Amino acid sequence: MAEAKAKKPEASGGEAPLRLTPELVAFIDEWREKPGNLIMVLHKVQSVYRYIPRTIAFEVAERLGIPLAKIYGVVTFYHLFKLQQPGRHQIAVCMGTACYLKGGQDLIQEFENLLGVGLNTVSADGEFSVESVRCVGCCGLAPVLTVDGETFGKVTKEQLPDILAKYRGA
Amino acid sequence: MKKIKLEINGIDVAVEPGASILEAAEQVNVRIPRLCFHPDLPAWAACGICVVQVEGLSKMLRACATPAEEGMRIVTHNPEIYQVRKSVIELILSTHPNDCLQCPRNGNCELQQLAADFGIREVSYEHRVAELPVDDTTNAIILNPEKCVKCGRCAIVCQQMQGVWALEFLGRGEHTRIAPTADVSLGDSPCIKCGQCSAHCPVGAIYEKSDAQRVWRALQDPEVFTAVQIAPAVRVAIGEAFGFEPGELLTGKTYTALRRLGFDAVFDTNFAADLTIMEEAAEFVERFAHGHGELPLISSCCPAWTDYMEKFAPDFIPNFSTAKSPHAMCGAMAKTYFAEKRGIDPARIFMVSVMPCTAKKFEISRSEEMFASGHQDVDVSITTRELARMIKACGMDFPNLPDEDCDSILGGYSGAGTIFGATGGVMEAALRTAAHLVTRRELEDVNFMDVRGLEGVKEARVEVAGKEVRVAVAHWMANIETVLDRVRAARRAGTELPYHFIEVMACRGGCVGGGGQPYGADDDVRRRRAAGLYKDDATSAKRCSHLNPYVQQLYAEFLGAPLSAKAHRLLHTDYRPRPTYRFEDASV
Repeated sequence: MAEAKAKKPEASGGEAPLRLTPELVAFIDEWREKPGNLIMVLHKVQSVYRYIPRTIAFEVAERLGIPLAKIYGVVTFYHLFKLQQPGRHQIAVCMGTACYLKGGQDLIQEFENLLGVGLNTVSADGEFSVESVRCVGCCGLAPVLTVDGETFGKVTKEQLPDILAKYRGA
Repeated sequence: MKKIKLEINGIDVAVEPGASILEAAEQVNVRIPRLCFHPDLPAWAACGICVVQVEGLSKMLRACATPAEEGMRIVTHNPEIYQVRKSVIELILSTHPNDCLQCPRNGNCELQQLAADFGIREVSYEHRVAELPVDDTTNAIILNPEKCVKCGRCAIVCQQMQGVWALEFLGRGEHTRIAPTADVSLGDSPCIKCGQCSAHCPVGAIYEKSDAQRVWRALQDPEVFTAVQIAPAVRVAIGEAFGFEPGELLTGKTYTALRRLGFDAVFDTNFAADLTIMEEAAEFVERFAHGHGELPLISSCCPAWTDYMEKFAPDFIPNFSTAKSPHAMCGAMAKTYFAEKRGIDPARIFMVSVMPCTAKKFEISRSEEMFASGHQDVDVSITTRELARMIKACGMDFPNLPDEDCDSILGGYSGAGTIFGATGGVMEAALRTAAHLVTRRELEDVNFMDVRGLEGVKEARVEVAGKEVRVAVAHWMANIETVLDRVRAARRAGTELPYHFIEVMACRGGCVGGGGQPYGADDDVRRRRAAGLYKDDATSAKRCSHLNPYVQQLYAEFLGAPLSAKAHRLLHTDYRPRPTYRFEDASV
């Protein structure tokens, strides 16, 4: 069985594509020969764009000398990686056992009422997207949600408009 | 190396180090039930049906992925193991559509066979089939992910055997699916249409796009003149669908069956393979002896390979033989030379090619050169599997059909034409004629044994008129990069080229192992099919393309000489770089 060779992917069509930033190029070059580099690079890419844009995935594949398919295999395996651009502020509602029992689903429903869109969809103004996550590790504060990594505990649905207001336009 | 001794079902066996329990069990005449395992591929241990018990271990082990160890005492079957396997099969069936009667794999599905062997009469689990769309965006292969059992064979074949990476495992857990990546369809993916995924799929999740209905319609239309041609590799494999052993040479019966299906003319792609060699050998001599054109010359009769090259190795476009593949040449000759001679309007001719290949379905309209006659030169390409079904649907007693001859003037072939169907065959055929072109003498020994066989990359040095010709033969696509990289390295270093002539076929074993051949091919089957072709060659009256009297007649009456302007117009094509992925990027 021959070793799979790196394939140079090329895209055709489309508008002017997103390109890797010089910072990302330098990061990829630094990691190119290191084991486990793909996950590290994808984390970095997502920290810049908040998701993994398709044209960027092509460039990463080319720079790392790996097939594009491998990148998608990894990106779709881990829930953390996103292929669609999320809202400017990312809300994560915990649906671990404790939060689930304490009404996590009610929070998700209320966000849908307030934002007009359900889970994993960006609100019309591009400000927010809501996802449900498994245990964030502070069950004593259930129900819990995070916005851009900031944690809110013992949340009631009445508090949600204030929480959104804090981030909207910020 | 010292053999490993173990005990299977109380019987002592000894195996080579590294052998799996599954392989060891074959020595005690046990074929452990399996679904995901395939001898071409590394064990993936996805399905869990091949579990066995090992003394001293409480959990069962998967026989495909567990190496035999010294002193192991293994039980391959007992009521407990039977029950576990049966549960696994039921679990798979619980997520699998129940439409076996309409399935393209009805009658030769590996899951259906397991369910039959285990006497599954009911499934204890809720029946839940994920709703996923069918991808029929190529004109060769169809993906139906609802049927997928996630054995992984197709993805591993596509990635490791073929080096294409058109398919990948996406998602995880019960949502895992196998599909092209980057949100593109198969038609916009790097897929080269070789169909090895379909040849390895145990169920009906990946299969050839059937064009048999179009053939039936043409056969029914009295206004249409139906012509058909069969590829070299078809004649040594079609018998498998009718109980023959692999490799049984059934040229005459296949001609008879085609005629009785209603075809007005029965041609043979082997004839056109001789024609391809006339052009390709002339091209080689032009480049090798006269310095006109790039070396190494690279064979181009495999459409999956040309697709691969255009996508992944466009730097080799100038090296490609511009000679069309045999079936394309046959189509062009049928609608020009044959039509003229027989006084038939070429617009009335419907040309069907029966191929061991799924990529031929793509090739027949891949570029404008495929319309050289002024019409589509080959109207429909069907696989060996599709032809076998057509013959069965007619109720023909294929094994007892008499042998008939094909129709001249596009039928008679030499031994060189027939070996096109095996890896190394194009090279050998070309060398036979190239030697003649240079020396104007016939070879005493036409056998080039070094280029035969199933090794992934074969290299040889042969002498033609006192000059050394270095050749390489690669098959099963992932092997080609090694060969190309050697050429690239020599170019960069400015050193002498490692090869003058390279033959590539995308499928393991060449066309005998093609993606459209009867199911169940492994290396043993490929070897036997190839042996059938080499026997056909060895017993042929003429063994070199240039000695084929019909080919000589074609040049004398119609084409002039190899590489003439007319030959170029009708028998040659060209290549262009193509993107691996095609999409409109809406996400930017």
